[in-house]
Amino acid sequence: MLPQQSILRLDATAIDYIIIALYFVFVLGIGYLARRAVSSSLDFFLSGRSLPAWVTGLAFISANLGAIEIMGMSANGAQYGIPTVHYFWIGAVPAMLFLGVVMMPFYYGSKVRSVPEFMLRRFGKPAHLVNAVSFALAQVLIAGVNLFLLATIVNVLLGWPIWVSVIVAAAIVLSYITLGGLSAAIYNEVLQFFVIVAALLPLTLVGLHKVGGWQGLVDKVSASPGGSEQMSAWPGNALSGFHNSFLSVIGIVFGLGFVLSFGYWTTNFTEVQRALASKNMSAARRTPIIGSFPKMFIPFIVIIPGIIAAVIVPELAQFKANGTGEVDYNDALLLLMRDLLPNGMLGLAITGLLASFMAGMAANLSSFNTVMSYDIIERYLIKDRPDEFYLRTGRIVTVAGTLVAIGTAAIASGYSNLMDYLQQLFSFFNAPLFATFILGMFWKRMTATAGWIGLVSGTATAILVFILSENGVINLPGQGASFVGAGAAFVVDIVISVVVSLVTTPKRDTELVGLVYSLTPKEQRTEVAVAGDGGWYRKPVLLAGISLALTIVLNIIFA
Amino acid sequence: MADKKKAGAFDIRIVIAALVGIYGVVLTILGIVEKQAEIDKAAGININLWGGIGMLVFTALFVLWTRLRPIAVPVEEDATEQ
Repeated sequence: MLPQQSILRLDATAIDYIIIALYFVFVLGIGYLARRAVSSSLDFFLSGRSLPAWVTGLAFISANLGAIEIMGMSANGAQYGIPTVHYFWIGAVPAMLFLGVVMMPFYYGSKVRSVPEFMLRRFGKPAHLVNAVSFALAQVLIAGVNLFLLATIVNVLLGWPIWVSVIVAAAIVLSYITLGGLSAAIYNEVLQFFVIVAALLPLTLVGLHKVGGWQGLVDKVSASPGGSEQMSAWPGNALSGFHNSFLSVIGIVFGLGFVLSFGYWTTNFTEVQRALASKNMSAARRTPIIGSFPKMFIPFIVIIPGIIAAVIVPELAQFKANGTGEVDYNDALLLLMRDLLPNGMLGLAITGLLASFMAGMAANLSSFNTVMSYDIIERYLIKDRPDEFYLRTGRIVTVAGTLVAIGTAAIASGYSNLMDYLQQLFSFFNAPLFATFILGMFWKRMTATAGWIGLVSGTATAILVFILSENGVINLPGQGASFVGAGAAFVVDIVISVVVSLVTTPKRDTELVGLVYSLTPKEQRTEVAVAGDGGWYRKPVLLAGISLALTIVLNIIFA
Repeated sequence: MADKKKAGAFDIRIVIAALVGIYGVVLTILGIVEKQAEIDKAAGININLWGGIGMLVFTALFVLWTRLRPIAVPVEEDATEQ
């Protein structure tokens, strides 16, 4: 991916290393402090369901703000410009609001400890096993990819050998998660959020000043190979891969906005786990909604630096003009840091990147150990032991997961394409999961058999479309193939589930209370008024409405 | 359970304020002694100085928030069912 002896090597001095080291002292300190709060498995895996909404809300965002997000989105910014905001404003915010307003009452209200456990209660063992195993596998492999990306960046920036960075980073993440469990992961994610902002905001401001403010940026991009359409969000033809503007808008709204993003944000346990850790129903519902506010402004400190880099960093401008040179879009953020930041701020920027990469990996591991311990070991392998046994199991599983992740990182260093494919494959589990969940939550007739058959056939469809597009049978540019794959998986899942449900026997109504909309009394799916939940700004639906309105305003401003 | 509530009094806001505060002090000092070459690199902005001051302001606000709304531990005991 990146040249080893590279022009990207940053000129880090003692003061930069002090700033980086200080951060890691705090990270480990949080792990140590959080350990005191762990006395049962529920404390370890779900923070004892005790955290305030602003903490879980920021963790919700940070868990997703990993290597792929920061480097990938600034690279997209450099390549496509402003249309990249769709990944945030269309591809994240609406789904997060939907999770908080519609789905969270069932997740939190049913007192399940994980998303697969919801699957178990609603659809029984086969669906549960499919979901739990595929999720655990995906998380541990993605943790390895995050680890490898982190090591690559450290290698390029500071010149450390890859294996040293892999082991150091894994050891740090491992020690705070085995000590403090999910609380340590979540508290660190909140700290990471502020460090990432403190790192990227100054970079953005200096960059904007350098290009002559917003108008200067618009002029420079318009004059660059990108052209003026890179400074407006819609219709985003280059991003969606459709030439026709109308199709492009439809593709972005339905493909990215509905099928892909709803699948990811509403069923991915790594995200939902953060909300399950909050202290009551109101806080759980507010978690993704509060998270949506920072989420809609993150593009400004991730995408804008990418756009700036593409017009003021000579190497990147050359790459954009004719595709030659030693750098590519993935280096946008690093190049801008190299060119603009003095020592001190440079150390903080490196810290921000390291923080973000470790956040991603820690999030993967902390959800992996929960699903592995509660959903696989406790449910199928070693049942009915005292709670301390599962707490200890959780710690051992975390260690094992980290070792597997190190192994994955080693494989990734040899076969980078393989990792790309794997990650794309795992993203295909999401669309059918969402279809099964949403049908199961709103249609009480849906049967257990339909649950797992729908899931398996939907996933198979996604994989089929993926294989066909890889072999050139279906020829769609850009994001087109994954939009179609996810869309087809969604439709097949719904159709098969409905057909199978009609010929099999549904569960009794009494078993579905709290899991299905029409059978759940209103009190059970709305929050009970609790001391400390007063004030209009703590009402989930109202907050969601404000967030949606703000997102629409942002879309209009940047249209 | 009673143990857990007590330990829960660990306040992440103080930890965040402490880290950002230290960064703020370090960067502000760096900014004060900054050489002109470094300032020119950042398009004429003394970003260490301004960034450092910004972080100190942030720290002050976080400390203020923690003071004004300390974590209420025992009051919510009845709110957590189970």
